Amino acid sequence: MLVQLNGKRVELDDEVNTVRALLLSYQLQEKIVVVERNGEIVDRARYESTPVADGDRIEIVHFVGGG
Amino acid sequence: MMDTLKIGPYEFRSRLLLGTGKFPDLDTQSQAVAVSEAEILTFAVRRLNLENPHEPNFLERLDLKKFTLLPNTAGAYTAEEAVRIARLAKASGLCDMIKVEVIGDPKTLLPDPIGTLEASRILVEEGFIVLTYTNDDPILAKRLQEVGVHAVMPGASPIGSGQGILNEHNLRFIIEDAKVPVIVDAGIGSPADCAKAMELGADGVLLNTAVALADNPVLMAEAMKLAVEAGRKGFLAGRIPKKRYASASSPTEGMIE
Repeated sequence: MLVQLNGKRVELDDEVNTVRALLLSYQLQEKIVVVERNGEIVDRARYESTPVADGDRIEIVHFVGGG
Repeated sequence: MMDTLKIGPYEFRSRLLLGTGKFPDLDTQSQAVAVSEAEILTFAVRRLNLENPHEPNFLERLDLKKFTLLPNTAGAYTAEEAVRIARLAKASGLCDMIKVEVIGDPKTLLPDPIGTLEASRILVEEGFIVLTYTNDDPILAKRLQEVGVHAVMPGASPIGSGQGILNEHNLRFIIEDAKVPVIVDAGIGSPADCAKAMELGADGVLLNTAVALADNPVLMAEAMKLAVEAGRKGFLAGRIPKKRYASASSPTEGMIE
């Protein structure tokens, strides 16, 4: 499936069909990140149950140095 | 009694808030943060670089029990963008404080007063502890307090400019009328600027570039810490009024003739 991930078109394998699976595919399960799917923040507790579907706009953000 | 900085439900011993951008490397940054004794550190919220998601990140080095994170909404040009960034920051589960920053112009990076007020109002309603970066405008500072912000953070001068306090007069007005802490944020260039802000009665100073881009960031971090402390003590001690003419320090009586 094709999603818009952090502003880029990315082709995901079909088994990457939940937010949890998406994070695992980038090995981000231990990292401090926040996920937004189609403009809605995905609660940590719902990573497993939140689907990733063709055409989704997904943002994965984190904290960086800033003033 | 301990002289502490109270922001919303939180209490801090340090009155120096430190930004975490632009440091030359993570080791220097860790040392600078340690010697600054800052307890509040600002961060920005950005997309993870998925081409290199495991590059070293300063936040991951921190003992999060020792620091309070103050994410900012830097990059936002509208209230809506700021609110979105703030919600993302809070969803990390690491913090409920937010530095509201809504910029009006890329050249000066001066705050957009209308977007700043609107974003602050919404985020206070949503239960954030709101520290708002604002113009050095006493009336805007008042309006921000009316919508319930927990601290107002007037800029000394444009972000990263190092020009120090450009409008001491307005800063005094803001401090005189403030019901919440006033933290001078942005434009600090040197320890003298920190001391000045604190002597004027500011409750704290937030700075980043002045330390991160100093020739020796660690030494400058220490200098800023000492300057904030010196300025605070000077303020509490109550300075003498300025006079036009001299006033002898030594007795005029008992001169040898």
